[in-house]
Amino acid sequence: MDYPILSYSIWVPILAGVLVLATGNDKNANVSRWLALFGSIASFLVTLPLWTRFDRNDGGFQLQEGANWIPAFNIHYHLGVDGIAMPLILLTSFTTVIVVLAAWEVIQKKVAQYMAAFLIMSGLMIGVFSALDGILFYMFWEAMLIPMFIVIGVWGGPNRVYATIKFFLYTLLGSLLMLIAFIYLYHQTNSFELVDYYELQLPMTAQLLIFGAFFMAFAVKIPMWPVHTWLPDAHVEAPTGGSVVLAAIMLKLGGYGFLRFAMPIAPDAANYLSGFMIALSLIAVVYIALVALVQQDMKKLIAYSSISHMGFVTLGMFIFNPLGMEGAMVQMISHGFVSGALFLSVGVLYDRMHSRQIKDYGGVVNTMPTFTALAVLFAMANAGLPGTSGFVGEFMVILGALQANFWFAVFAATTLIFGAAYTLWMVKRVYFGDIGNQHVAELKDINKREMLILGVLALMVLGFGIYPQPLTEVTHATVNQLLTHMAQSKLPGM
Amino acid sequence: MNPIFNDIYAALPEVFVLTMAMVILLGDLFIQERYRFVTYVMAQVTLLGAAMITIATHTSAVGYAFNGLFVDDPLSDLLKLMTYLAVSVVLVYSRGYITARGMYRGEFYVLVLMAMLGMMVMISGQNLLTIYMGLELLSLCLYSLVALDRDNARATEAAMKYFVLGALASGMLLYGMSMLYGMSGSLDVSQISNAILNGSPDHAVLILGLVFVVAGIAFKFGAAPFQMWIPDVYHGAPTSMTLFVGSAPKLAAYAMTIRLLVQGLQNMVHDWQGMLIIMAVLSIIIGNITAIAQTNLKRMLAYSTISHVGFLLFGFFSGTLNGFIASMFYVASYVLMTLGGFGIILLLSRKGFEAENLDDLKGLNNRSPWYAFLMMLLMFSMAGVPPTIGFYAKFAVLQAALQAGYVWLTVFAVLLAVTGAFYYLRIVKLMYFDEAEDHHAIRTSPDMALVLGVNGLAMLVLGIFPQRLMELCAYAVLHSVQ
Repeated sequence: MDYPILSYSIWVPILAGVLVLATGNDKNANVSRWLALFGSIASFLVTLPLWTRFDRNDGGFQLQEGANWIPAFNIHYHLGVDGIAMPLILLTSFTTVIVVLAAWEVIQKKVAQYMAAFLIMSGLMIGVFSALDGILFYMFWEAMLIPMFIVIGVWGGPNRVYATIKFFLYTLLGSLLMLIAFIYLYHQTNSFELVDYYELQLPMTAQLLIFGAFFMAFAVKIPMWPVHTWLPDAHVEAPTGGSVVLAAIMLKLGGYGFLRFAMPIAPDAANYLSGFMIALSLIAVVYIALVALVQQDMKKLIAYSSISHMGFVTLGMFIFNPLGMEGAMVQMISHGFVSGALFLSVGVLYDRMHSRQIKDYGGVVNTMPTFTALAVLFAMANAGLPGTSGFVGEFMVILGALQANFWFAVFAATTLIFGAAYTLWMVKRVYFGDIGNQHVAELKDINKREMLILGVLALMVLGFGIYPQPLTEVTHATVNQLLTHMAQSKLPGM
Repeated sequence: MNPIFNDIYAALPEVFVLTMAMVILLGDLFIQERYRFVTYVMAQVTLLGAAMITIATHTSAVGYAFNGLFVDDPLSDLLKLMTYLAVSVVLVYSRGYITARGMYRGEFYVLVLMAMLGMMVMISGQNLLTIYMGLELLSLCLYSLVALDRDNARATEAAMKYFVLGALASGMLLYGMSMLYGMSGSLDVSQISNAILNGSPDHAVLILGLVFVVAGIAFKFGAAPFQMWIPDVYHGAPTSMTLFVGSAPKLAAYAMTIRLLVQGLQNMVHDWQGMLIIMAVLSIIIGNITAIAQTNLKRMLAYSTISHVGFLLFGFFSGTLNGFIASMFYVASYVLMTLGGFGIILLLSRKGFEAENLDDLKGLNNRSPWYAFLMMLLMFSMAGVPPTIGFYAKFAVLQAALQAGYVWLTVFAVLLAVTGAFYYLRIVKLMYFDEAEDHHAIRTSPDMALVLGVNGLAMLVLGIFPQRLMELCAYAVLHSVQ
């Protein structure tokens, strides 16, 4: 079976989205729903061969596809994946199925547009993960903002306009600086090919500027402290599906960008600035965790917890050892499942109570026992309980940090305390105790559809928690290759 | 063969358009009101015929006619083809609008064709006087077009402002040209270039002439600090005229800049570079920041035009062929975007109602998802977000400026592009996130629906496959500018 898997992975969801858009109207919303479900499952199935056909011993780019696209600027349609991109692609197509299912009954207006936005977004994000040409990457990177902008703005909460415009402008600013970096590199190499950039020797000033431009793009996206302020707004206002995609995938794009562009293209600058990056990461881990502790709004709490966890990812990346970097990868994938599941849990409650405030709940376990069991599992995974996927990544990063510097590890390890504190405190106030009010007493437990979604996610969380081997196996060769590459200076004359 | 035939052969499209304009002018007198459609069809046939003649007589060589007054090169051919296309789209979009407002008369078509003739002469002008003649023909037709709805006080005021400022700018241009003539002893663009290269006439006077010429060009483009007329004219003119004023003439202004600055004054590149940088930066600042404060859609698009002109000048001041190609690509995509943007405004207007406030776009997605989608594409294209053509336009000019070494100017432009993105996003917000206030069904003729659809989708299609258009621009510039 030989077909361009990556192209299919990108274009099947996009075409499915266009089809849903073209056939849909609110009179026969069910057609749109089924079509979208079918499209998302098909898109997931076409990405599955990536897992089987991937050569785990090869750290370079695999399954490459190339074609001339815009010869005037030497731009190519060049795709390929390595051990970092491949798991993220699977995560993307998997999450899309979940999001489509999660929206089944919740979204009642403009169903076709909602479903299409997520399908198209899925294709574009897969494009981001597989593009090996600067401009191709940039196209996908920016285009992906448009459906998210619409999703938050149309189906979002009361303050959605502010949130979505902030989200868009923040990201756009960072991205445009990245574009300038690409153009600069183009004039150096006369190419937009990523592999050419990897070989390019650059003086330190240029490296620092390039790293800075990429930093603006990716730090906003992850997000790192202090450019994280768009995220809580966007998360709180977005509909459940939007929050899930934002947390599960879009944040990973930033981390991916660092690994794919900023670090290998400007390794000397990355080394030079690693202390700075680690400091920002640790501030995110500790300070943002404290901020999460005082949140009254469940979605906001999870949003801050995401930023804190992403601090772990950047910490793992910038301590430059295999354990840290693989830990960062595991953490990204795990966070994709866990944060997605947490947002879905909030969505389940919100659909019934139309409130995200912690104080409006209490004693949910009495009326929704099955749901509470799952929700508590996800909360535990978020706090990094051993046996869940959340633990593996954090543990690896802390071990890696310990190798680098004892104090990094100490600060990083506080997250195990703070994370448990804010998560468990929320769990206690929302799920346990006596029934808080009349509305909680009338709650109905989750239906089969919700059970299916949360159940699958619970399996993934537990699965990767107990047996993370398949994931580390995939990333291992790539991480080693990246670190070897990073260890060599690219300053001219060295 | 008699040399006069060679001359006429080179200028065949112009001759054809002039003849047809005369035929329409006379023929329209004998056409009854209810057969006015014939005039419209004849105008479209004129454009089609001119396009066919231009393609048929096209060669990749540069040919001069009328003793060097007139040039027929690939650049002029391509720009003329783009002009025909733009004018044709203008005619399609404006028909319903002018019919509802009593301007569906023969004069409209004659004036549009004569204005186009002026643009064609400008595009092919190789002599200061030819260029000036074309410019005046274009401008006079535009003034009268803006004032065509003579009972409309606002339009008359706009026409008056346009005329007074336009005359001033033409005067400045002519004054600058006279100094160039005085210093070089010639009106011919290439001879001026040689004269500057060989002898070193009084540099101060040359620079003074250059300043006036640049001011004239800036006025025609609407670049700051000569942008004052743009918002008032765009706002005051009937929307169909705004559509015309805002689109095709920019192609002619591009040609004028190439002929005067690049071909004529290429040896003074270091002198005009600085001026263009200041104008570009000012235009981007004024355009993008002032546009945020607008509540009127036409005014907002006017300020957006000013900022687009700023970006366009980025290609010019880089002073390289690469930059001129990028600018040409920018002009072409700008014209497409402007046509589409004003097309949507025309679509939403109807008899007795002018859709010109931002609020008139509210809830467009509920009224018509298709047109909302097209407008969204147009807005993202203007904001320069991929995968639309506007992205490649900005990409092309910025990379040209970077190549020429203007790193910080590029960063600056990019920061202001983010500011600019805000007001385009606001349009998308109004269309998608707000509820409709106006619940009239959107009615349109099938030809307009079709052309508008193609226009909007072109943003996306050309955004994904820009290669062809880039090649064309590169071909035209490389074969015409040495």
